[in-house]
Amino acid sequence: MKISEIKDLLDAEVLCGEDQMDREVSSACCSDMMSDVLAYVKDQGVLLTGLCNAQVIRTANMMDMHCVIFVRSKKPTDDMIALAEECGIAVMSSRVRAYVACGKLWQAGLTSNTEDHDV
Amino acid sequence: MSEAVKFHFDVDGSDFSSAGAASVMVKKKLRQLGYPPEVIRKVSIAMYEGEINMVIHANGGAADVEVYDDEIVIILSDTGPGIPDVELAMQEGFSTARDNIRNLGFGAGMGLPNMKKYTDSMEIDTRIGEGTTITMRVSL
Repeated sequence: MKISEIKDLLDAEVLCGEDQMDREVSSACCSDMMSDVLAYVKDQGVLLTGLCNAQVIRTANMMDMHCVIFVRSKKPTDDMIALAEECGIAVMSSRVRAYVACGKLWQAGLTSNTEDHDV
Repeated sequence: MSEAVKFHFDVDGSDFSSAGAASVMVKKKLRQLGYPPEVIRKVSIAMYEGEINMVIHANGGAADVEVYDDEIVIILSDTGPGIPDVELAMQEGFSTARDNIRNLGFGAGMGLPNMKKYTDSMEIDTRIGEGTTITMRVSL
């Protein structure tokens, strides 16, 4: 799935990384606990979260992710957006809640790409 | 044998918003040096977890990364309270972090186990009331 399709499915606002919209991603994860993202996530290109701080962007960077989506209308600060730009990560904000956002993406074929579906 | 490439960072413990910045920098530098993505990911995740731990528990410290021909060594040292029971601290899910840290997305008790998981060796030298030094190695 292209990042631009995620944007459309979640009616999201792109805050940085317009140039990444054609990038293909094959899996996603959702967590407000960055500790768990670092511990359990493997090869997921997209992070959905309701947590809004600089560590979200740094965690996505550590995990080589391409896109962060802030759900529940969370808006990152300018510093966070600048950091994401530096790391080459697309950032979006959507008013959709986490559970619904995951459901929409899963239904459209963006699954978690893990056997046990832990995260 | 070529001379090691070394990076040193002072980790500021007073400002959580900057926690992890040194690890982002190391990741960038290792990419510039052309190391394989898997190696970079292991080193940067382990360092990131350690960096966050230093900020949460020890009011910051120092992070050193030394790149040799056959391995990358990450040394994190602080002058914090020390770890009273290392075996307990290594258990997944055990955490002494306060609720305000959990609200920031950390403190799930996965930091130390994760650091061990992503590195080839990890040594913890800790003294109560004096501080902790953690040395991690990732083979190349």
